[in-house]
Amino acid sequence: MLDDTLVATLTAQFFNGLTIGGIYALIALGYTMVYGIIELINFAHGELFMVGAFVSFSVLTGFGFAGPITDPVTLTWVLAVAFVLTMLLLGVLGISIERFAYRPLRNAPRLAPLITAIGVSFILQNLISAIYGGSSKPTPQVFPFAWRFEILGATIPWITVFIFVVTVILTVSLSQFIARSRMGRAMRSTAQDREAAQLMGVNINVTIALTFFIGSALAGAAGIVYGLNYGTINFTMGFSAGLIAFTAAVLGGIGNITGAVLGGFIIGFIQVIAAQLGYSRWTDAVVFSVLIIVLVFRPSGLLGQQVGERA
Amino acid sequence: MTEPTALPGSTTPGSDPEVLLHARSITKRFGGLVAVNQAELVIPKGSITSLIGPNGAGKTTFFNVVAGILDPTEGQIVFRGRKMVARAERGWLEPFFWVGPAVVTGIVLLGLWALFASTNPEAGLLGAAVTLGVLVVGLLTGIVRPLWYDRLLDRAGVFKTARPNDMVRAGIGRTFQNIRLFQNMTAIENVLVGMHVKLHSNIVDAILSSRRQDREEAAARARSRELLALVGLQGRDEMTARNLPYGDQRRLEIARALASDPVLLLLDEPTAGMNPNETEEMKRLIAKLRADLGLTILLIEHDMRVVMGVSDRITVLDHGECIAEGTPEEVRANPRVIEAYLGVPAA
Amino acid sequence: MTARAALPSSPGLRQRLDALGTRHRSLTIILGMALVTALLPLIATLPPFSGFNKQIVWIDNFASAGVFILLALGLNVVVGMAGLLDLGYAAFFAIGAYAYAYGSSTFTDLSVPFWIMLPIGAVVAAIFGILLGAPTLRLRGDYLAIVTLGFGEIVPVVFRNASQWTNGTQGIAGIRRPAIPGVDCGSGGPLCFGAGSPLPYYIVMAILITTVLIVLYRLQDSRLGRSWQAIREDELAAASNGINTVTTKLLAFALGASVAGFAGVFSASKFINVTPEQFGFNVSFTVLAMVVLGGIGNMWGVAIGAFIIYMINSVLLKQLNAFFDTFRVPILSDIDFVQYQYLLYGLLLVAMMLTRPEGLFPNRRRAAELHVTDEPPGADVEGPDPSGPLGRGGT
Repeated sequence: MLDDTLVATLTAQFFNGLTIGGIYALIALGYTMVYGIIELINFAHGELFMVGAFVSFSVLTGFGFAGPITDPVTLTWVLAVAFVLTMLLLGVLGISIERFAYRPLRNAPRLAPLITAIGVSFILQNLISAIYGGSSKPTPQVFPFAWRFEILGATIPWITVFIFVVTVILTVSLSQFIARSRMGRAMRSTAQDREAAQLMGVNINVTIALTFFIGSALAGAAGIVYGLNYGTINFTMGFSAGLIAFTAAVLGGIGNITGAVLGGFIIGFIQVIAAQLGYSRWTDAVVFSVLIIVLVFRPSGLLGQQVGERA
Repeated sequence: MTEPTALPGSTTPGSDPEVLLHARSITKRFGGLVAVNQAELVIPKGSITSLIGPNGAGKTTFFNVVAGILDPTEGQIVFRGRKMVARAERGWLEPFFWVGPAVVTGIVLLGLWALFASTNPEAGLLGAAVTLGVLVVGLLTGIVRPLWYDRLLDRAGVFKTARPNDMVRAGIGRTFQNIRLFQNMTAIENVLVGMHVKLHSNIVDAILSSRRQDREEAAARARSRELLALVGLQGRDEMTARNLPYGDQRRLEIARALASDPVLLLLDEPTAGMNPNETEEMKRLIAKLRADLGLTILLIEHDMRVVMGVSDRITVLDHGECIAEGTPEEVRANPRVIEAYLGVPAA
Repeated sequence: MTARAALPSSPGLRQRLDALGTRHRSLTIILGMALVTALLPLIATLPPFSGFNKQIVWIDNFASAGVFILLALGLNVVVGMAGLLDLGYAAFFAIGAYAYAYGSSTFTDLSVPFWIMLPIGAVVAAIFGILLGAPTLRLRGDYLAIVTLGFGEIVPVVFRNASQWTNGTQGIAGIRRPAIPGVDCGSGGPLCFGAGSPLPYYIVMAILITTVLIVLYRLQDSRLGRSWQAIREDELAAASNGINTVTTKLLAFALGASVAGFAGVFSASKFINVTPEQFGFNVSFTVLAMVVLGGIGNMWGVAIGAFIIYMINSVLLKQLNAFFDTFRVPILSDIDFVQYQYLLYGLLLVAMMLTRPEGLFPNRRRAAELHVTDEPPGADVEGPDPSGPLGRGGT
């Protein structure tokens, strides 16, 4: 008797982990890409996730959708438009932030862009709060939760799978783009040695801008997906999601794309397990402890290169 | 290779008191890249030794191992009869020192509590707090590594490689290939930092602005001015380092390295970027440092005039390996050396 | 007093005053602070300030501002002197406050006098400063910042969730106010600390700030201060010149935290309750904004920056609201300026870092450091992969 419910619970939680893990993975990708290319922890990145959620909220409510869309064709179109619009807007936002807040400080001591990033983070939070109000907003969950399937005794909404698929598609596309395309090569070379890349004719500014565009777009996708799945958003959600996603990126190995995704899912599962065991109020503390432990004992993360030297 | 470690000033059997530094079989791997491979170096006291070789030969890497900045993958460095740099030994033992006292305290307190006060929960809490406190102290000792802790580790056979500041305390001073002065500090402040290990004012002296600190600072400043004059920078005390001309910056770095009263001075390409006049001056300064201050000097150099003009012995590295060692004449005539530099076999 | 830098041969008046101030620094600080402490309440009686608030409310505000001045001074030690970007500074503030709450409240039924709790709170905070600083020692600037941020988040979470010991979200109330031994406060009086009687708080805070200023200036000029500066400029070179970077950094954390501990004890004794919400990232961020605005590394600049921001926050924004409401200015009267303080801080921070990172009252040296665009030093020293958390030494 217990076994069945246990298996069902575990299965349900497994899919929960996939969902939140996927969201963290998408955000973590942005962190890791930006860090890889300009060695800056974009403190404001978590806020981009939050902005993405609000932008998609506006897009969906702007077109008049407030609840589940049961017609698959309409749903597909609506989702496609929402994704494209939101990711585009977020990408542009990301490029603007880089252009105006980070680029002037590219050669300044580390302290400067870091503090600026914090400032940008607060600006974004408070702008959204000013525009949309300070309370949580219910989002249109256009992907019907009624669509479910049964597995191992648990009833899983299809949206979970949808989110996972979106994560996989975006990650794979990103990897392929970086590995195969000309711009991807430019990004890789800039990440390894900016001066040499420049000498080889790579346009550094464009390359970095593109990196921010992609990273921000991915954060935007995470925001859409979050709104679709959890149904409420508020202007403070970027802060802790950002820190958690950053932990995921570090756990996987900062600068490593696969690592970011791996880290995202691991942290997602940790969070779900903690909730299952009744420690949900402590998840933040647990995740940050993971961050500290990783940075102290294995700073290169799971998939990063071993950098073992002392200063 | 384990050599019995000894405290400074004593010698171990089999080591020559005239050998200041002995680097044995130093190998340094970075992942797949072998930067230094089984390099050997013996530096007699009072000598000037040069380390030369084509670019990328591993000279700076080797230097950094000697200075305590990099851990060697294999091999060891014995300085003044004491093993200073090598891979850690019995590292697994160290955590026991951190948690051991706490565990012991915990067990003892637990025992006492069980025997005498088990009805008193507050006493139990107090005991737990004390144990936690001992644990924290243990961990902090491991982090801070005071001298008595190092000696304790020595006795237990635990070896931890020296950190850069330990090497300075032991008597090694160094300069850097790319000049690493404290750019926004003045010349005299740079030298004062170099003197750090010789000064003893601590935080209490600072807060109380004690007379001891005043005296020490005044003496330190006087000594710093002497050092600046020694390298030819007299009167420039208050100039900000970044505003000094290039040659002066190199000399300031030497003054800073001298401030800790080192026995061995490591100079990394001291004449890089200098014109012939400046190079001549530097050559003379190096010779003077040995003659007047009795310093032993190890230098990396590319300028053969300096190398040939000032060295007692030369070691040649190529692709991380020692390919020759000897007096300037011997090395100059060595066919392997010629090949390494010119790339063609000698006729 | 330890004489500082030698002067150029023909000093102007300003430099002579400067030198005089340097040689008798502690005296200068005491006199200066005494002057300021005496003047502020007087200025508060003059228009237009008298129109905003009564004098007694001003004095109360000044005393509360003092808490943030202390916090800014303490953070300046960590960020400005040692160059360690600590984003979780509010954690030490919290620890000091909760320490006093444990030592002297109805919650624990203890009544350790305020004057004794001050150093105790500072010591407890310092211990945590060392504990929380220790894991960050080998980390490079960005990572150090994030880890400190993590700690800054963990501490309030612990306070919020460990309800048995900390009373959770409600916090600890019933904290006892300070009392001067020998003074009977049954019927009130000028020497009694109370909600309506802020003058003793104000005086105590002035003394605290003066003491902290004197101590911190002395540290800055000492061997320790030099070590901090060396580490800030080039950690590897500092270590290669004999500086034990571990203990030096830990001392910065410990000292910065102990100042926050003072601030925490005082704050708890004035607001007589502590809740986890009082110590979130907003506080760490605000203090950082104060330090950046005032001028990283410049102690009196930082103190003034803190005062300005606090006053803007507690007085100016409210006045703007009242002003626009009274005159019914369209759009502007609908905006609640108080709510947007963090937006303001964010814009301020970004603007400052882009245009004047050295702050309003720059420390000349830091100004030079912050505007450097040279190659980062030491491209020669490391092996093939210098990026990542351990990276090159330094900020």
